[in-house]
Amino acid sequence: MKLKYTLVALGMVAFGASSAVASTLDDVKAHGMLKCGISTGVPGFAFTDENGNWQGFDPAICQAVAAAVLGDSSKVEYTPTTGKTRFTTLASGEIDMLARNTTWTFSRDVDLKFTFAGVNYYDGQGFLVPSSLGVSSAKDLNGSSVCIQTGTTTELNLAEYFRLNNVSYEPVPIETNEEARANYMAGRCDVYTTDASGLAASRSTFENPSEHVILPEIISKEPLGPLVRHGDDQWADIVRWVLNVLIIADEKGVTGAQAQEVAAGPDPELDRILGTEGAYGAMLGLDRDWAVRALNANGNYGEIFAKYIGEETLVGLARGLNAQWTQGGILYAPPFR
Amino acid sequence: MANTSKAYVATGLSKALPPPLNTTGVIGWIRQNLFRTWFDGALTLFALYLIVVILMPSIDWIVVTASFEGMSRAECRAVGKGACWAFIGERLDQFVYGFYPLEERWRVNLAGLLLLITLVPLVFDKVPGRMYLFGYGLLYPAIAYFLLTGGFVLPEVDTQLFGGIMLTILVGITGITFSLPLGILLALARRSDMIFISVMAVAFIEFIRGVPLITLLFVASSMLNYFFPPGTSFDLLVRVLIMVTLFSAGYIAETVRGGLQAIPNGQQEAADALGLGYWQSVSLIILPQALKIAIPGIVNIFIGLFKDTTLVSIIGLLDPIGIGRAALSDIKWAGLSTEVYLFVALFFFVCCFAMSRYSMYLERKLHTGYKR
Ligand SMILES: N[C@@H](CCC(=O)N[C@@H](CS)C(=O)NCC(=O)O)C(=O)O
Repeated sequence: MKLKYTLVALGMVAFGASSAVASTLDDVKAHGMLKCGISTGVPGFAFTDENGNWQGFDPAICQAVAAAVLGDSSKVEYTPTTGKTRFTTLASGEIDMLARNTTWTFSRDVDLKFTFAGVNYYDGQGFLVPSSLGVSSAKDLNGSSVCIQTGTTTELNLAEYFRLNNVSYEPVPIETNEEARANYMAGRCDVYTTDASGLAASRSTFENPSEHVILPEIISKEPLGPLVRHGDDQWADIVRWVLNVLIIADEKGVTGAQAQEVAAGPDPELDRILGTEGAYGAMLGLDRDWAVRALNANGNYGEIFAKYIGEETLVGLARGLNAQWTQGGILYAPPFR
Repeated sequence: MANTSKAYVATGLSKALPPPLNTTGVIGWIRQNLFRTWFDGALTLFALYLIVVILMPSIDWIVVTASFEGMSRAECRAVGKGACWAFIGERLDQFVYGFYPLEERWRVNLAGLLLLITLVPLVFDKVPGRMYLFGYGLLYPAIAYFLLTGGFVLPEVDTQLFGGIMLTILVGITGITFSLPLGILLALARRSDMIFISVMAVAFIEFIRGVPLITLLFVASSMLNYFFPPGTSFDLLVRVLIMVTLFSAGYIAETVRGGLQAIPNGQQEAADALGLGYWQSVSLIILPQALKIAIPGIVNIFIGLFKDTTLVSIIGLLDPIGIGRAALSDIKWAGLSTEVYLFVALFFFVCCFAMSRYSMYLERKLHTGYKR
């Protein structure tokens, strides 16, 4: 762990020294493609469809950014990353941004030198067990084996939580969500622990989801969001405000399809966002219609949520904490002015 | 004293009786081979038991109750309780071509076909124009590179879109073809009298052998970037190909060195006595014998290399397993991992088995003198 951080830090120094020249925005425009890191696959969050296109809650952010910056939501090069490789991949400049169920933490922000553009999913760590195990609380898990993804906050939370509660366990370290799922199904571990959203996604793929329960304990805060490297504030702003625009549009009930129509409507904030008032796009280094295009890519935040992971889908997640602040949730984008 | 007192005198050999019934035919074979001793018998019964317990349900699952229809797991399961091959069917294109653009896939097919032609002279000795075919084989990498990435008249295809079986074969074949000559040179260099050259070779080989492939791939994917000015991103796939080639060259070098050491000194001395120069003696006398000895080891390395190509999925290139992993996250199909892993295993088995058969064929063919 320590070594990894050192390597990343070393890399950042070397990279930072040489990258001061060109901005990420210019690089992306020159390359004509947005290089986006995603996960190796979590149902609903990132997957390939039958035509070989990446889709899901996380790629949707990449697509919105690509639409805003390059004018085409399909101009994205995806790099699947594991919990362990994601930060090195981002730090080395192999990708321009990372959108992969990644928790915003102090050390990732400060020590690894990344800038989190915001939160697109408020999550927390949970436990998935077969009902046949007969436990109803995580504190009953004494002596169990636990499938856990390496290089994640999950790994660290679990150790702390079980130590505090005097629960002994045997970790089964695993690289990717798919392998964890397969191992759990094969009985290699009694418990699978990760972000609750990921657990729900995994459970939805089981032949008999009802034979598995997610325990009531949520043992951590996991604000997940897209991130970029330190040192290019303009680029961070672009990703941050693309995300914010998706969230504000959801708050105001403006769908992606309506974006064009309401652009000259009575709501001044929407006018500013959609480019009919002021020159906010230019301040970001983008054109006037950047936000319209971002919204057109996959719709607003609520539409993306509903399309990939919402209650209508097999993943079946409720908005919960991720409802707008006006609806009892904590999703709250700063004002656009 | 009359001879007549003898009741019977055989006039010739009597006809041989047929062997006892229980040593011939099916029964005899079974007795001889399966139940010779009580221990053999027990083993046979145990094996039979295993077949019934393991193989039968597997066959049942893989073939008999398997389902080949449906657009999702639910539909597929409605048709048959067993394996759901419709999933593999729907994603077969992805497993083969990765994300290579649909309209351009003929280029991959063509490259594959041309690859088969390069194999012809390796497998059949007597094809006409064998030398030309070898020459074409040397040109092939350039042709394939042009076909796959495009340029000139062909639209360019980003290597980021390469994936699946095509990627495995590309990485495997490139590693194999380039690492062999490089490995041989390294082996020769290591045995060289020129101290600088041999020290360099030793350092290189020991470095490669001391570092796991996954680390090298990681260096290729992330660390190398630090040494280049930003913006000059040179293709990830090319970096990977170089690393894989260097890696396997290090191992080939050691195997070839083993072969070289097995050649008695007299051979070299005889070559010297004939007045052959270094390269002549090496290429005409030493290497042909050494390589013959090294074949099993070399093929072993190739097979290992081929399977190691799956490691590229860790640095974000989608080999068949990576493709499967991403496809398995499609909620419509999720949960069918056994099918995916079986399919990928079958692919690797076919390729590796073919390679090992080829090596046996080569050994037999080249087995001219002594056998070791
Ligand atoms: N939020 C945690 C855990 C993230 C994580 O690894 N989540 C899993 C399950 S939701 C995942 O995204 N896996 C994707 C993959 O294996 O590629 C972190 O940032 O460390």
